[in-house]
Amino acid sequence: MGLKNKLHNFKEKNKDKKWLPGFNALFTFLYTPNETTHGGTHIKAADDLKRTMNTVILALVPCLIFGMFNAGYQHYLALGEIESANGFLGASFWTLDNLWIGALTVLPLVAVSYGVGLAVEFIFAVIKGHEVEEGYLVTGMLVPLIVPVDIPLWMLAVAVIFGVVIGKEVFGGTGMNILNPALTIRAFLFFAYPTWMSGDKVWVHGAVERDQAIAAGQNLDAISGETLLGAYAQNSSLAGIDYWDMFWGIIPGSVGETSKFLIIIGALFLIFTKIGSWRIMLSTVIGALVMGLIFNGVVDAGWIGDTSKFYGLMSVPFWQHLIIGSILFGAVYMATDPVTAAQTNKGKWIYGFLIGFISIMIRVFNPAYPEGVFLAILLMNVFAPTIDHYVVQANVKKRMKRIKVKTA
Amino acid sequence: MAKDSRLILDPLTDNNPITIQVLGICSALAITAELEASIVMSISVLFVLGVGNVVVSLMRNIIPSKIRIIVQLIVVATLVIIVDLVLKAFAYELSKTLSVFVGLIITNCIIMGRFEAFALGNGPWKSFLDGIGNALGYGVILIIVGFFRELLGSGTLLGFPVLGDPIEKTGLYAIGYENNGFMLLSPMALIVVGIIIWIQRTKNKALIED
Repeated sequence: MGLKNKLHNFKEKNKDKKWLPGFNALFTFLYTPNETTHGGTHIKAADDLKRTMNTVILALVPCLIFGMFNAGYQHYLALGEIESANGFLGASFWTLDNLWIGALTVLPLVAVSYGVGLAVEFIFAVIKGHEVEEGYLVTGMLVPLIVPVDIPLWMLAVAVIFGVVIGKEVFGGTGMNILNPALTIRAFLFFAYPTWMSGDKVWVHGAVERDQAIAAGQNLDAISGETLLGAYAQNSSLAGIDYWDMFWGIIPGSVGETSKFLIIIGALFLIFTKIGSWRIMLSTVIGALVMGLIFNGVVDAGWIGDTSKFYGLMSVPFWQHLIIGSILFGAVYMATDPVTAAQTNKGKWIYGFLIGFISIMIRVFNPAYPEGVFLAILLMNVFAPTIDHYVVQANVKKRMKRIKVKTA
Repeated sequence: MAKDSRLILDPLTDNNPITIQVLGICSALAITAELEASIVMSISVLFVLGVGNVVVSLMRNIIPSKIRIIVQLIVVATLVIIVDLVLKAFAYELSKTLSVFVGLIITNCIIMGRFEAFALGNGPWKSFLDGIGNALGYGVILIIVGFFRELLGSGTLLGFPVLGDPIEKTGLYAIGYENNGFMLLSPMALIVVGIIIWIQRTKNKALIED
């Protein structure tokens, strides 16, 4: 008797136990269960929820691995221990030393995110007596990618509990949530512990520690852990920053969002497998470019002087908005979340466009929130059902008209 | 009498003005960042609602129904001005924290709601009990919310640093704990009220509406 049958018999024996949903979740990870449907309609398809989620995770793995290398690279670069890598294939980037630092800082984030999040899911599944839902698989992977490397683990744990309970479970679990849970977690961290989520220290591993050592009286050089976006918002000069570095992602930032190259690869993979909506991705990018163009126009027209506090970010060439922040990551992995995005095709265009548009607007006009992408996506999550409603109503109206024309 | 005690006890639990009737939410969100402010606000509402209910109840037979809202407003406004002046005289700092929200007791839905729904149709003693009961129900929620927001948001209770000193790094802060700044923002008060509603309705399923 194979393992599968043994597990199945075990399940039959413990049918009415409270913890069975927990067992089922692990069981279905290993095998397709023996149950068959009994109702009228049958759809035979392999792309169930777990398969869908795993595809997104696959698309995220390159970003995670790159993020680990980058965490180490930024750490050693800031310490002055290695030369700049000069490009994606630079010798000082893909080293085991870098990976080691990355593994020490990033893997605990992944472990905490999955451990705490799945624990909350199991508890809710047992209390409510339903199957454990797979919704957290992607969220758990996204969370470590959108936080700074040095975020204390207990803060992440608190935020994950908050995000899963308030962002998802109170609405009824996977598929019923209004807000993207991963972004709810990030928003919670951002508002609860702003010193760990923004500023010029947290984005490079070791910068905060070094700061505390200096404050304690040690004679060391401070190291900067600023993102390019933060630097722009402060109107600092950005001499020596190569646009290709931004594209390849060899810059400080949240763990997984820096490499635009790998994000585009992931986007192509998601579009090819038809998991992610290309309409949302494309329209978000268009929205961001349009807003960037408007700001460039304002600067070109001379309506705003270089003494203005908005000048730094407004004068950024419009296409650079795509590579200096995390808007691409948001567009590809966050905005396309099928539960919280608009459902109609026309609605997707509007939804995506406004995300891009508002992201850049927040980025430029509110220096306190140098990265407005997560706020923009959360805002549009709230409006997605409204957009859908009006798209559907417009369609109904159009058809009604057609009927009238025919019958008249 | 059993019925009189229900007038006080019902609003505390199964007919709570905040968690069941969802009235008076504004002030519950605005001033609960500190426990002290929550307590003072509760006492102010207790005074206004208790006395106001009695006054309206005494006048209930002579108020023309067409202008009853205006009469009720005058009663509330008078009482609120008394509270405001007392606070300014004896607790000036606190009255600055509460700022406009003392004045806004006038617009607190619970007060007008009780005047309309109860005091206009019942005798002064019952109205008094009803006013006290509802104000206590309001105060309990305010104090619970204020307790958690001050404890988690500032690490203090009534101004005393119960979790240690965040600057000197003593107590919990020595092991890396930090205050949750989100707790001090109003949205978190809404979420805390929401969690109280959630717990209450899980305990008593009869309260769940469709």
